[in-house]
Amino acid sequence: MPDAPGLELLARELGDAALDTVYFRQKGTILVDPARIRDVLRTLRDKGFSFMASVHGVDHYPEEPRLGVIYELLDMSRVDRVAVKLRVPVDAPHVDSVTPEWPTADHQEREIYDMFGVVFDGHPDLRRILMPEDYEGYPQRRDFPVGGEPVIFTRDERKWLEAREDELSSGLARTQADMRASQGQGRSRSAGSGR
Amino acid sequence: MKRERVGGPGTSTGNGGPGSASRTGGAVAGAGKDLRVRELNAHQLLRGAEMEGSNQPAHLEGEELERYVHERVLLTTLDKTVAWARSNSFFPLGFGLACCAMEQFHAAGPRLDIARFGFEAFRASPRQADLIILAGRVSIKMAPIIRRLYDQMLEPKWAISMGACCSSMGVFNNYALVPADKFMPVDVHVPGCPPRPEALMHGIMKLRKLVQDDPDAGWRERYDAVGTEEHPLDAGGAQTFAGEGQAGRAPRDIPSPSAIPGASLEKRDA
Amino acid sequence: MTSSTDAPTASDYRQGEQNIDLTSVHEQIERAAVGAGGDDEHEELLTLNFGPHHPATHGVLRLLVTLQAEIVRDLKPVIGYVHTGIEKTAEDKSYWKVIPVVERMDYLSYYFNAMAYVGAVEKLVEVEVPTRAQYLRVIHLELNRIASHLIWLGTSALDLGAVSIFLYCLRERELILDLFEMSSGQRMHTRYFQVGGVAEDIPPGFEAKVREFLKVMPERADEYGAILNSNEIVLQRLRGTCPLDAHTLLSLGVTGPLLRAAGNPWDLRKADPYCCYDHFDFKIPVGTVGDNYDRFAVRLAEIYESVKIVSQALDGLPEGPYTTTDRKVALPPRHELATSMEALIHHFKLVTEGFRVPPGEVYNPIEGPRGELACYVRSDGSSKPARVHMRDSSFVNLQALRHMCQGSYIADMIATTAMLDPILGGIDR
Repeated sequence: MPDAPGLELLARELGDAALDTVYFRQKGTILVDPARIRDVLRTLRDKGFSFMASVHGVDHYPEEPRLGVIYELLDMSRVDRVAVKLRVPVDAPHVDSVTPEWPTADHQEREIYDMFGVVFDGHPDLRRILMPEDYEGYPQRRDFPVGGEPVIFTRDERKWLEAREDELSSGLARTQADMRASQGQGRSRSAGSGR
Repeated sequence: MKRERVGGPGTSTGNGGPGSASRTGGAVAGAGKDLRVRELNAHQLLRGAEMEGSNQPAHLEGEELERYVHERVLLTTLDKTVAWARSNSFFPLGFGLACCAMEQFHAAGPRLDIARFGFEAFRASPRQADLIILAGRVSIKMAPIIRRLYDQMLEPKWAISMGACCSSMGVFNNYALVPADKFMPVDVHVPGCPPRPEALMHGIMKLRKLVQDDPDAGWRERYDAVGTEEHPLDAGGAQTFAGEGQAGRAPRDIPSPSAIPGASLEKRDA
Repeated sequence: MTSSTDAPTASDYRQGEQNIDLTSVHEQIERAAVGAGGDDEHEELLTLNFGPHHPATHGVLRLLVTLQAEIVRDLKPVIGYVHTGIEKTAEDKSYWKVIPVVERMDYLSYYFNAMAYVGAVEKLVEVEVPTRAQYLRVIHLELNRIASHLIWLGTSALDLGAVSIFLYCLRERELILDLFEMSSGQRMHTRYFQVGGVAEDIPPGFEAKVREFLKVMPERADEYGAILNSNEIVLQRLRGTCPLDAHTLLSLGVTGPLLRAAGNPWDLRKADPYCCYDHFDFKIPVGTVGDNYDRFAVRLAEIYESVKIVSQALDGLPEGPYTTTDRKVALPPRHELATSMEALIHHFKLVTEGFRVPPGEVYNPIEGPRGELACYVRSDGSSKPARVHMRDSSFVNLQALRHMCQGSYIADMIATTAMLDPILGGIDR
């Protein structure tokens, strides 16, 4: 790991693209300007951090700018790791894609797009990767509900059923419509439809 | 559509001979609890006694009698044989989703050998399989595909939902999963995360008993799945034999498992 | 590999085979590939859909393969069919409740998932893990590595047609799962690793049983090697098929046996040791060409190395606590609950609310059976994590499949998918 002074020197070399540095638990993180991410990564690659271990997203809800993307870099010859972080607001979540220079970021950026809604400009094929292609909503944002089925205990079974007499008798369609309406976000059109 | 377990009261066909005594004896015992047509027992059928408190004649005649014999005598034993054969030679579909698939492999492995029971022929194509073991968690992206696989299987077919994730939501009660009951009828749910291979075998044995007792155990009514048959229904709405009088349990008395996820882990006690 | 001239050609039929001249067929294919002339039907590209339900895919992997005759021109993996929203579920649970959830990601290397996560939380909380716990962790991790490689070997051999290897590997894996059941009560997803150490100490008799297994395993691995290495079909299918050089692999982010097969000896257990791996003496098997055979050979050799590590760990297992003594993080032992009020309060707080973790972000990489498996945990100071992300090795390795298979036959694609060892639980999470 570059130690704290080493991290500062690295940040100084990046110039005004580096907004902040954090040295936490023997590992450095550099917060950079989203518009300059490709230059930053190029500079770091020249310094020896040639392996991109991971690209992942974070939602800093409720602090703005909310959506963060973190690039983990590894220098194999010196066994050094450094993390490069950028933050974009939800209403303008555009980041330059680094896939042309770092092919490993391909699927990983797609996952961030799928889960958080960060749009990577210049990505060769930005589509949803984990959720169905027509899904609406970005599941891993912190204001997206966890979802799931209601949990009913056996002793409440009969009461629950009686409360929903008419729904059940007309099948599940109405229940699903209700759930969709009350939850609002993120229900795929093909969920459980048995097609 | 409950299948009767009557030994075969040979009445109008006049089966005399050595076996008839035991057959009639057995018939009385069996008929007393199973006969649904008019709450009659074989004695009354034979003697034509009157039913108490009813103005209906207590015996069958003509077309009804023929149909009764057709159902109970000729086909019951044949059905039982066919059910026995089917239950001892499931062809499972080689289908594993997640961690439960690993335990499914072990069920087919050398220690707990599924081949002892006759089920080692895992078919790759759903057209050749009759048992689908949903081993693992069913995501919303996969659910329509599993439904299509299930539809491609030929009748009669059974489904085992293996593990907690597809039976109920398992460890992950979230936006990405759907319990198997919501999109396909499941016969046996095997709890566990993942269930031991022995637990899976226990579930398969229960299914086997289910198949031997009641091959078409009315699941289509229970799950509102009428219309999923490959053979279209006839005009009377009945696909097979016993139409009327199978009072049994009304569909609403059994809560539809799709309405109560997680509350019915094993819905049949054989 | 023995060339056809060395193989016994006892019958006339075999001799006749050698006289078949395939050059014209090869030329035709080359011509079609280049696109110069040939019939229209040879130039037509066909997109075929493999999966998600297919006997040769490992899990529900869907591949859209663009073919020209039998040559793969393009390959698009479509994933997400077992996406379980594990990372989202983990945000909802207190830190120790995340462990069983995260274990179920890469479902063959559950101890590794737990180790990556637990290591990350330990970094955040800055808790010291006692040496005995670290050695126990190493024992279980390496046993899990062997178990994972056994399933890989079994299913890959099944894909290539060698069905018996599948059953042999399951036989060995049963022994390992017995060991796991002995130490933690569960065969899979054992929840054995906890923050600060392990959940319980190993029972008496565990060590003897492990040693029994360690005596048996190398002999069995020799058997598998003997069967597969002298099987000409396996050799023909694996040798020289779908090689990929180390530079491309590195740019694609691939680590683990795939990278080692291409010649780069990068292994986090040696390069950046964690969890007392530097106390053990073991080698890193490295391949040369980077084709399917090297991938197979590297993984088979890793089984022997893991056996060595486990036996050294058993030999050097120190006495001591099996989990940290910091009661704010680890549950107190049950006998203390009867006598100590403080222990009772700690137990209560830990079970109901869980321990609070100071705010910060940590990325904890370990060497999983498929490569670098890392866990990123972001904490906001409360008792539930704000973000848990697993950098899963299969997810990143899958990107290399396209580069590996372009220009080779479908059958080679099947073999390559098997040698890639994708675990869809880790890919989809």
